Amino acid sequence: MNQTYALTAVAVVVLVTVLVGALGLRISRTTSDFYVASRTVGPRLNAAAISGEYLSAASFLGVAGLVLLQGPEMLWYPVGYTAGYLVLLVLVAAPLRRSGAYTLPDFAEARLESQAVRRIAVLFVVGVGWLYLLPQLQGAGLTLEILTGAPHWVGGVVVAVVVGAAVAAGGMRSITFVQAFQYWLKLTALLVPAFFLVAAWAGDGAPRASFDAPAVFGRHTAVTVAEDVRLSLDAPLALTVTGQVDGRAHEAAPLVLAAGEHSVRAHARLEFTPGTPVPGTRTEAGLGVSSWSQPLSGDERGYRLYATYGLILATFLGTMGLPHVAVRFYTSPNGRAARRTTLVVLGLVGVFYLLPPVYGALGRIYAPELALTGDADAAVLVLPERMLGGLLGDLLGALLAGGAFAAFLSTASGLTMAVAGVLHQDVLPKRGVRSFRWAVLVAVLVPLAGSMAARDVPVADAVGLAFAVSASSFCPLLVLGIWWRGLTPPGAVAGLVTGGGAALSAVLTTRAGLAPPGWAHTLLAWPAAWSVPLGFLTMVLVSLGTPARVPGGTAAILARLHLPEGVAGDRVGGTR
Amino acid sequence: MTEAVPALLAGVAAALLLGAGWAAGRLHARHDGRGAAVDLGTPVERATFHTLHTASLAAPPLRAGLTEDAARKAARRLRSLLGTEALCLTDRESVLAWDGPGGDHHELRVMARVAEMLESGRGLSVRTECERPDCPLKWAVVAPLTGEDGMLGALVAYGSRESAVLVRAATEVARWVSVQLELSELDRSRTRLMEAEIKALRAQISPHFIFNSLAAIASFVRTDPERARDLLLEFADFTRYSFRRHGEFTALADELRSIEQYLALAGARFGDRLKVTLQVAPEVLPVALPFLCLQPLVENAVKHGLEDSTAECRITIAARDAGSEAVITVEDNGVGMEPDLLRRILAGERAGSSSGIGLPNVDERLRQVYGDPYGLVVETGVGAGMKVTVRIPKYRAGVHSSPPGGGPPGP
Repeated sequence: MNQTYALTAVAVVVLVTVLVGALGLRISRTTSDFYVASRTVGPRLNAAAISGEYLSAASFLGVAGLVLLQGPEMLWYPVGYTAGYLVLLVLVAAPLRRSGAYTLPDFAEARLESQAVRRIAVLFVVGVGWLYLLPQLQGAGLTLEILTGAPHWVGGVVVAVVVGAAVAAGGMRSITFVQAFQYWLKLTALLVPAFFLVAAWAGDGAPRASFDAPAVFGRHTAVTVAEDVRLSLDAPLALTVTGQVDGRAHEAAPLVLAAGEHSVRAHARLEFTPGTPVPGTRTEAGLGVSSWSQPLSGDERGYRLYATYGLILATFLGTMGLPHVAVRFYTSPNGRAARRTTLVVLGLVGVFYLLPPVYGALGRIYAPELALTGDADAAVLVLPERMLGGLLGDLLGALLAGGAFAAFLSTASGLTMAVAGVLHQDVLPKRGVRSFRWAVLVAVLVPLAGSMAARDVPVADAVGLAFAVSASSFCPLLVLGIWWRGLTPPGAVAGLVTGGGAALSAVLTTRAGLAPPGWAHTLLAWPAAWSVPLGFLTMVLVSLGTPARVPGGTAAILARLHLPEGVAGDRVGGTR
Repeated sequence: MTEAVPALLAGVAAALLLGAGWAAGRLHARHDGRGAAVDLGTPVERATFHTLHTASLAAPPLRAGLTEDAARKAARRLRSLLGTEALCLTDRESVLAWDGPGGDHHELRVMARVAEMLESGRGLSVRTECERPDCPLKWAVVAPLTGEDGMLGALVAYGSRESAVLVRAATEVARWVSVQLELSELDRSRTRLMEAEIKALRAQISPHFIFNSLAAIASFVRTDPERARDLLLEFADFTRYSFRRHGEFTALADELRSIEQYLALAGARFGDRLKVTLQVAPEVLPVALPFLCLQPLVENAVKHGLEDSTAECRITIAARDAGSEAVITVEDNGVGMEPDLLRRILAGERAGSSSGIGLPNVDERLRQVYGDPYGLVVETGVGAGMKVTVRIPKYRAGVHSSPPGGGPPGP
């Protein structure tokens, strides 16, 4: 890949983002022709902004990577990421806007009139925000590593510094325009190369056989293994090895590995001839490579089915609790506009998610060795060079790299804003403007440290964990808070702590690699299927047990949440 | 597994950091309240501190007035202050809160005693004549709670035997509670005053402004009837907004709309001398803020820039998004003001003639709604123009904008 083009593209994206953010489309008008007051952010602009902020590295790189690795059942990710907005639209969007809350802790305070619930909500906002930031920074590291060969941590540091500096300097003034711009940039960056790639694939005779067969190296391929891997082979495999395999060092030696398991040390270089099937690595061994195109087959059917349900629950119900999504609804002028915005978001996000699976499938055909090195997330970035090559491949690769960086920047800045805002407001001692900068520093540094320390997990998986925590904590709070008048502060606290806490500890255990293998691991890695019902159940039961603690203003608040603004205004205003 | 350890450490460190920040905040907030308990004095001093501490805990709920909720919260504290078997707070008609045992059968007859006391206006110390042998409430002290308008209710303390100490203590506590209730009435009357001032502000659109606007419109009727019509409509909208009667809060968008109309009318009068720049981040337009809290600032700017000088007047109104707050600035290049004079006007020491009740009222209302850190920030000097900065939190419990035109224009 041509580094110069790619780096230029990344630099341009960073610069444009900072510039649009700092200068913005300044709205200056004189009295003769201004209607600024009525020029609230319309549903379409706001929806583009929400989508821009929402479509993260997980969507841009991760989904294609997972599809490459594990097949069409991973399409539940894009489906879930999108369908989350359907749940949001139906159950939450308009009432959340009408509550007047800016952040989720604000909503907890407004609905339950309790500082205790607010504080717990703050903890979870920060937790979810950090869990979500972590994979963004890791993804940035991966991208820069592939583009320039820089060490893994550089990309994360670059994104953290750019975002931290821009947010701390108060630079994201016209954040709505920045994020809307990022959406269209990301869509373009994925759409244009996709056309060329699909054309190249068609020109190549549209090879689709490999969908149902084990992935096969299409040409002479050299793979350098980044970390220790165990290969599991169903049949003997011939390859050329430089490095250690099965404890013996080889120097460009041709080798035939027997069926069974083999360990390959880090930095070993493996060369495969065309037509060789791609060996499965240990972590994916159970998936049954031959069943790539058939969801939920293979040896561990039970696990997979359970994991799929866990994923569906987490993504469907988790979207509403993401801190950076919730704050954007405040920009809508009223509940009706918030609902329309969500509808448009559904469309925009839905269109976007048509593209990553295309890359995943093409990656399966043209860059199968990525499954071996563990860098499947890079599939999107390397495809143009693989399939097209030359200047066109370089330019399209650069476009994709720029788009990927736009994904890191927009999501990371939105999350940093949200987390820092909550830290500033509720956690750190009040010290004026400077303390907001401290809050930004804390908000960025913690996940940055985490991204260097934590084990590499596929980006989309890591984001899924944040969704699981959000679904187990904020989904019960929002849904019950909006739709059930019996919710009490003790119930909310108990539900948040039990559901969210269980999901959070499960997620942390998984990310720290402490989970024992087998069912225990599956349960901990996909906590949503049990932690979401647990959260709901605890919240309902404890609320039913403490009926005396139903806040006094519940009826008035629910009326305001559910009635259109004009009607509610009269009612509430009348009782005041 | 080796990678697991740093990851876990990072997680633990994150949790610790969060916890530490929280604890620091809490410690800071509580420091004053706890100081007395930590400093060990003589037993007498300690007893005094303890009593004062208990009393200070009972005070905040009472500041809300004599309501059921406040009484319930306060009764527990007051009983531990008096150290009695049971304690009850009533208003003139019914029992508001009962703390301690015996509420089931004493609550019914206590109101008869209270009625007796209300009639005589003096505290009572009477035998309860309770027939239950196991009931410890043998003796009751009924002490009046008074407010500005006479007796509000009673504090009833129960003891197991007649005791002069209990009578004395209960009377003193009732007097202390009365003081708290009077303070709450003071709070309420201050709120009422504030509301009256808002009403005054609504009516305050100065007659001059109306005359001048109408005169300016009249001057266009012949030469530019189209413009005169537009101006009249602006005038109608402006007065409708300013005179509206419902809702304490409004959306920034509506407030800006009314400012826009005001400026259009002022522009009609002053022509090219008035130059206005608006920079508004669309993100903050839905922010709810106290009704008519920006318009006085703009009026002030126009007054300083135009009426008190002859040069061209530039007014810049900017609203930008700052995380969980909106920051609004109103800037003019007018005659400015002596900072000390402004300070005195804001402190209410001098009813500033030129600023009317505009600036101090806005300042006061912002502080009342959002707390002291959110008062007006004014930068000015003689001949240096004036810049007023308002910070509005995007969310504050109880602050909701009521939509414009929701109600009829009013009688």
